[in-house]
Amino acid sequence: MQRSTLGDVTYNWVIGCLAGLAILILVGPVLIVIATSFTTSQTLRFPPPELSLRWYGELFDPVRSAQIHIAALNSVWVAGLATLIGAVLSVLAALAITRVTRPSARFIEASFLSPLILPTLSYGLAALMFFSVLGIRPSLNLLIAGHLVVIAPFIFRTTLASLTQLDPVLLEASANLGASRIYGFRRITLPLIAPGIAAGCFLAFISSMDNVPVSLFLSNARTSMLPIRMWGMMESTLDVRIAAIAGVLILATLLLMIVMDRLTGLTKRMSG
Amino acid sequence: MAGAAVAATGSSGVPGEKVDWRLAAPLGLTYLAFFAAPFAILLGVSFYADSEQTRLGLDSWTKFYGDAFYLKVILDTLKLGVFAVVATTLLAYPLALVFRAASARAQRVLIFIILMPLLTSVVIRTFAWIVILAREGVINQTLIGLGITATPLNLLQTELGLVIALTQIEMPLMLLPLLTIMNQMDQNLIDASRALGASKWRTFFRVVLPLTLPGWIAGATLVFASATTAFISQSVIGGARLVYLPALIYQQVTVVYNWPFAAVASLTLLFTVLAGIMALGWLGRFAKTS
Repeated sequence: MQRSTLGDVTYNWVIGCLAGLAILILVGPVLIVIATSFTTSQTLRFPPPELSLRWYGELFDPVRSAQIHIAALNSVWVAGLATLIGAVLSVLAALAITRVTRPSARFIEASFLSPLILPTLSYGLAALMFFSVLGIRPSLNLLIAGHLVVIAPFIFRTTLASLTQLDPVLLEASANLGASRIYGFRRITLPLIAPGIAAGCFLAFISSMDNVPVSLFLSNARTSMLPIRMWGMMESTLDVRIAAIAGVLILATLLLMIVMDRLTGLTKRMSG
Repeated sequence: MAGAAVAATGSSGVPGEKVDWRLAAPLGLTYLAFFAAPFAILLGVSFYADSEQTRLGLDSWTKFYGDAFYLKVILDTLKLGVFAVVATTLLAYPLALVFRAASARAQRVLIFIILMPLLTSVVIRTFAWIVILAREGVINQTLIGLGITATPLNLLQTELGLVIALTQIEMPLMLLPLLTIMNQMDQNLIDASRALGASKWRTFFRVVLPLTLPGWIAGATLVFASATTAFISQSVIGGARLVYLPALIYQQVTVVYNWPFAAVASLTLLFTVLAGIMALGWLGRFAKTS
């Protein structure tokens, strides 16, 4: 139907090659880290000379990797609590401003979303100075407060998106039938927006587990966090256990992602 | 019963006409206490003239903005953000176009590929690039194996290596908004352009690009903000020779103990990112009107 001109042929080639390069650059590094984690060697040579579970054994050794275990538990605790508190606060806030078109609501929406684009490193330093001016000593609770601020927007955004899709007629019908607002929320709104909340919580949890800029300033030797610990391991000696941690984290994220996909259609939600 | 219903709708009013402040208050107050107040303190600290924080003055600001070294650090940070945006754009647009044309099955696989790096931690993605770019890393071994070079290239601690790594680390942030907007694009417009005799290139630049620009701006904003503040990637892959604002801030806080100066650098990083975001937003409005 169409003549294919020289220009169209080069277009197909350029787009195809760049897309191929994009896929290679996206996937390659992840596969290389996973392969490296099964090496027998002391170094990060790729490809590994022989395969073994040596570094996983090393990683799960309760004595030699005690510091890593503490950091991992701290990270899970902070991420879990920050996500839980963030979910309650964000859902309430999203309910408050949904379907309001006046400028004040748009302003609140923009401020609640602002931690997503403001440099969190600046925030990390600001939080350190704030807590030190107040004379509060570093603790896991401070980390929870710091993480809460930067991860709540994820939950707020997905919840708000779900609420916008909710048909208001359903709530009117429930109110007309004599249901209280609380009852209507519990039986109608909540079940319908639950996938949105869950998707937001998933992103928030992952982003807290991964957070560097806030933890960098708020954590110390007693309250070490996993990403900061891994950074330390990368700076000093290139410890192959990092590759094993990567393997465990990738597996855990993958499982969580599959579960979330079954529950909420996360991949559909993220690609629009 | 009917009375109760009237009372219920009466008390809630028409749904969603007004902000229910009681529900927004908990998150709002949390933000005021743990987000706005810290930034106010940060701004306050920046007006101390000395590192012991005894004298007030503009000395930290004038010292930072009067020194060519620090101005170069700002410029390098901006440049890094721009490079990351350009590199992710060059790769993400073709991939998004391929994604749009792919079958539903292939799209599911592609989405998984795109999300995979996003869901492996940034620290691990940085670590992966060390394994790839190091002297005995994948790239050097391939190049030596193919006889292209005899001695290993120094890719770590170079701006090129850092930009390559950041391209992978930040690409999902560009891809997700682009994919969303590409999926919403009307195929008829592309078919019309092709039927009227426009080449594929012309169709891309005159139809696809303008229609997907809002998605690109959203993606570019996230990539720019993230690349300029990617402390771990910058310091581990860039090394000590390449100094960007985040490393400067960290050093001033933990090594030099000059908090006012760190506050100035930190606010500068904030302004740099905001300037980038505003420039992108302006570009979007400019493109819409022209």
